[in-house]
Amino acid sequence: MATSSPTRDVYAPPPPGSQRKPADTRRQTWRSRLWRFDDKASPYAYIAPFFLVFGAFGLYPLIYTGWIALHRVEMTGLDRMEWVGWENFDKILHDSEFWTAVTNTFLIGVMSTVPQLLVALGLAHLLNYKLRASTFWRTIILTPYATSVASAALVFALVFRADGGLLNWVLEFVGLGDTNWANGHWTSKIAISVIVIWRWTGYNTLIYLAAMQAVPSDLYEAASLDGASRWQQFLKVTIPSLRPTILFTIVISTIGSMQLFGEPLLLEGGKLGAIGGNENQYETLSIYLFNYGWNLGHLGPAAAVAWAMLALLLLIAAVNWLIGRFVRKSAV
Amino acid sequence: MTITSPTKVPGSVRPVRTAHRAQKRPSRFKPGAGQQLKGGPFAYIALAVVGIGSLLPLYWTLVAASHTQDEVLATTPPFLPGGRLFHNLEAAWEQANLGKAIVNSFIVSGCITVATLFFCTLAGYAFAKMRFRGRGALMTAVIATLTIPPQLSVVPLFMMMADLGWGGSLESVIFPTLVSAFGVFFMRQYLIEALPYELIEAAKIDGANNFRIVLSVVLPVARPAMMVLGMLTFVQAWNDFFWPYLALNQQNPTLQVALGQLKASYTPDESIVMAGALISTLPLLVVFVIFGKQIVGGIMSGAVKG
Repeated sequence: MATSSPTRDVYAPPPPGSQRKPADTRRQTWRSRLWRFDDKASPYAYIAPFFLVFGAFGLYPLIYTGWIALHRVEMTGLDRMEWVGWENFDKILHDSEFWTAVTNTFLIGVMSTVPQLLVALGLAHLLNYKLRASTFWRTIILTPYATSVASAALVFALVFRADGGLLNWVLEFVGLGDTNWANGHWTSKIAISVIVIWRWTGYNTLIYLAAMQAVPSDLYEAASLDGASRWQQFLKVTIPSLRPTILFTIVISTIGSMQLFGEPLLLEGGKLGAIGGNENQYETLSIYLFNYGWNLGHLGPAAAVAWAMLALLLLIAAVNWLIGRFVRKSAV
Repeated sequence: MTITSPTKVPGSVRPVRTAHRAQKRPSRFKPGAGQQLKGGPFAYIALAVVGIGSLLPLYWTLVAASHTQDEVLATTPPFLPGGRLFHNLEAAWEQANLGKAIVNSFIVSGCITVATLFFCTLAGYAFAKMRFRGRGALMTAVIATLTIPPQLSVVPLFMMMADLGWGGSLESVIFPTLVSAFGVFFMRQYLIEALPYELIEAAKIDGANNFRIVLSVVLPVARPAMMVLGMLTFVQAWNDFFWPYLALNQQNPTLQVALGQLKASYTPDESIVMAGALISTLPLLVVFVIFGKQIVGGIMSGAVKG
């Protein structure tokens, strides 16, 4: 970069206590050293805030969680930590409720991610046509993304209510109007998945649409010259071009579904929300952690749950990576 | 978008590949890109169905918030907004501490947005246009942090905040989210194309030091992207639920926390809950109606390249 002495010294700060004398060689070298230091240190200074904040409020707590998991800490006395070794892990791993939460998280994750991404693909394909008022459609589809988890969960809780819910009123016409959505093992998971799908489909649609618009149009021209139908073009041109994007959305949605908290908490609310239903039928890992730490006040086991979640995430990442490798290999 | 390490800048000071693309606006797509077919009636019907599905819950929020609970849960529900909206809003205001919650939500989202914009633009500029040792690895580290759910660190975070004397105060919600990895990545993607090296060089020759360049060259160029990032950050901060719900209490809540506690503490009146939901959603809907186009463009441009 430019380390030569600048021709005009408008912005260079004069060294303290020195008179401004032109052609002062010692001042020149001092200033060029300052320039070089500025060039070397500036980028680190600019990225420092991110790493400082992440280090203090992300990485350090993440590691410290593992330490807390080996202690007894109560909400009533946060400064008293008592060493208990593996007891907390032992406790949660032998708790059937924990495994229920793992299963629920996984099931709701699959039930919300798969339909969501499939619908998003189809929608993106529609929006990729030349349409009137295309921006209007895109904005409408993204509106749920601007709705908070809390608001969305609350309005859907009202829709899925057993007595007087909007959905049961509609189902009345086909004779299914007495479904107790929150009580059933599958129906409660469907209800929560619907909230997730409603909020995130539009967002994923726009991500797919952007990727579709980046596909070179001569690929489609070549395909149609070869006699490919629209459907074949979608399968043979669009989908392969979108593979990295699809993988990305799968990763993001997976991480998102690991975090499900507001939806199950507020589906029924009250005491039931904190334990994920009367039979824990829609209890997710985040609810389980919250219940241990904030409802019962035992932070040790809550920290152990956090590390169990980390282990699960790493497992999912490994599986994802293997699948990705397999897909890449089979594509060649 | 694929998660890759940033492209290596060739040895020359001024890579040619950015020079001719300097004029490109990221939120615009090249005409002729993708498959350009005309949409038939089926496309419009399908989009209309999805559009109605997207808006119906919001409409139902308004309807439920403007009736009594008995009317909402009656055998035949109401389909048009009623006249009890202000009564319900008043009740929600008293029961859930909404007045304080609204002020708090604005403080939290405002602080987070301003800080995120400033720090992410700085970091994005460094990653986009400056050469320094470890740049690729550090950028990868930034992106990797996106994959860590907040659940993993809430327990010690809660204890730390109590230690710092921020237990239950807004600082405990603001500080952990001052800079976002997404923001750094977003600004970097934008500045790689929007900021030509010539401008930086010219400023250097004029004797500007690095920070001066940021103030008088980078910030003006980055303004459109900062607008979009600002809106996205605000929406996210406004809607954040998990950590605020654990960190704050009923005496000092954000809107979302107040809403959650309205439903979680006892069996509430549904129409009053809906009135609260309406209040928490309205400000963002207004932003959305005005800036929907830019937000859509921002999500689309932030997602693809990489």
